[in-house]
Amino acid sequence: MIKTDILIIGAGPTGLFAVFEAGLLKLKCHLIDALPQAGGQCTEIYPKKPIYDIPGFPEILAGDLVNNLMKQIEPFQPGFTLGERANTIEKLEDGTFVVTTDKGTKHHAPIVAIAGGLGSFEPRKPPITNLSDFEDKGVEYIIRNPEIYRDKNVVISGGGDSALDWSIFLTDVAKSVTLVHRRNEFRGALDSVEKVQELKNLGKIELITPAEVIGLVGNNGLEEVVIKQGDEVFNRECDHFIPLFGLSPKLGPIADWGLEIEKNAIKVNNALDYQTNIPGIYAIGDVNTYPGKLKLILCGFHEATLMCQSAYQRIFPDKRYVMKYTTVGGVEGFDGSKKEAPKAVIKSID
Amino acid sequence: MKDIKVTIVDRHGVKHKVDAPTDMNMNLMEIVRSYELAPEGTIGICGGMAMCASCQCYVESPHQLPEMSYDEDLMLSEAFNVKENSRLSCQIFIKEELDGLEVELAPEV
Ligand SMILES: Cc1cc2nc3c(=O)[nH]c(=O)nc-3n(C[C@H](O)[C@H](O)[C@H](O)COP(=O)(O)OP(=O)(O)OC[C@H]3O[C@@H](n4cnc5c(N)ncnc54)[C@H](O)[C@@H]3O)c2cc1C
Ligand code: FES
Repeated sequence: MIKTDILIIGAGPTGLFAVFEAGLLKLKCHLIDALPQAGGQCTEIYPKKPIYDIPGFPEILAGDLVNNLMKQIEPFQPGFTLGERANTIEKLEDGTFVVTTDKGTKHHAPIVAIAGGLGSFEPRKPPITNLSDFEDKGVEYIIRNPEIYRDKNVVISGGGDSALDWSIFLTDVAKSVTLVHRRNEFRGALDSVEKVQELKNLGKIELITPAEVIGLVGNNGLEEVVIKQGDEVFNRECDHFIPLFGLSPKLGPIADWGLEIEKNAIKVNNALDYQTNIPGIYAIGDVNTYPGKLKLILCGFHEATLMCQSAYQRIFPDKRYVMKYTTVGGVEGFDGSKKEAPKAVIKSID
Repeated sequence: MKDIKVTIVDRHGVKHKVDAPTDMNMNLMEIVRSYELAPEGTIGICGGMAMCASCQCYVESPHQLPEMSYDEDLMLSEAFNVKENSRLSCQIFIKEELDGLEVELAPEV
């Protein structure tokens, strides 16, 4: 069981900054994210786009903002459970919480801060009627372990970067790689498109375009995919079908935690501390709602800051704490690091 | 500059005739969001950058729409439930010529 002071669900900019604010109060954080990397929407949707409304940064790429946040929180040594979705929450008799992920990892903390943004990113599934029958029996939406494709016949569909990148990667692993896309043009980076062209010329990737996978065939596992190309429909033998059509955020299991939900977001007490209707569970950033809510990074930062102050009071009801400026108090990391403004040198003059 | 009338059929098949301002540089996806015709988090996920297709709609009236950009065209080539009359509503900017436009929101995926 992973134990921490504040368990943060969602490692987007809001969750990451909460680690810093908690660290100033000497509170330890652990973050859970369904994605394999931190950064939320900034890294998943628009890492290379500039953001213009982060105070103090006239312009910063979303990916760089996340890198900076990761650097800023480094001294506070947060723990991460990545690539796992927080599924259930249980309140223990002492008022603390146990959060369990879809892979069964358990986390225990007195405070839970949900910084889940628009929700956990789930694969977009093509509308093939019996698709779900083959999930984990030959159909995978995310490639976790490329080794399972060794010496197998693999069909990938999609026209973006992941479809291209994985097609390239799997040529060295799989017996055969077939890429099916509805168009002849691809949406990925130019060099990936060129690489696929090259591998196609070498006969290492079979490209079927413009075409679509419209059906799946098999008894206990996937045996064939049905491909429609123009007016022609044909079957292709395969062991794995990997549809890669990007991810779309869904509020998911958090919606069933007994929290008050309004318009796909969690209602919080805005005037006070961003706590939900369940004491000890906070919701910060894009995932919450209150009158006048704006889904902006800077609003998430603000909410994270107030949430941490309130969390501290919940954990230590008898301790009095006065907010200190970092310029005055410095930043003392859990790793022994210390940053503080240089003290003025006093010298006497004879 | 005046408001125009746009008819939007939501994902439950309900028709909404709404006013859309032509002087605020708004796109059709933002109109759908401002009238809350689709739940938060199910439309406009990429903020209108032709990167998610959550705002796909079917254009039902014979209006002359601006030509599709390369990005819109490619995004639609990856989207689901695409029809001949599919467009990304975030790429349709509200202009006087679009008065009377009728669209239906594509299903959520
Ligand atoms: C294209 C685009 C452009 C934008 N431009 C700007 C801008 O210029 N300025 C600005 O201020 N904002 C901008 N935004 C909005 C900004 O990205 C969001 O406000 C911000 O990302 C919210 O941060 P967050 O940490 O609250 O949530 P998110 O970034 O959404 O992160 C939430 C994380 O929680 C995870 N998660 C959710 N549920 C679970 C679960 N059950 N288990 C595990 N993990 C879970 C998700 O996987 C995700 O990684 C833009 C957004 C987009 C899409
Ligand atoms: S809002 Fe994402 S494509 Fe239109």
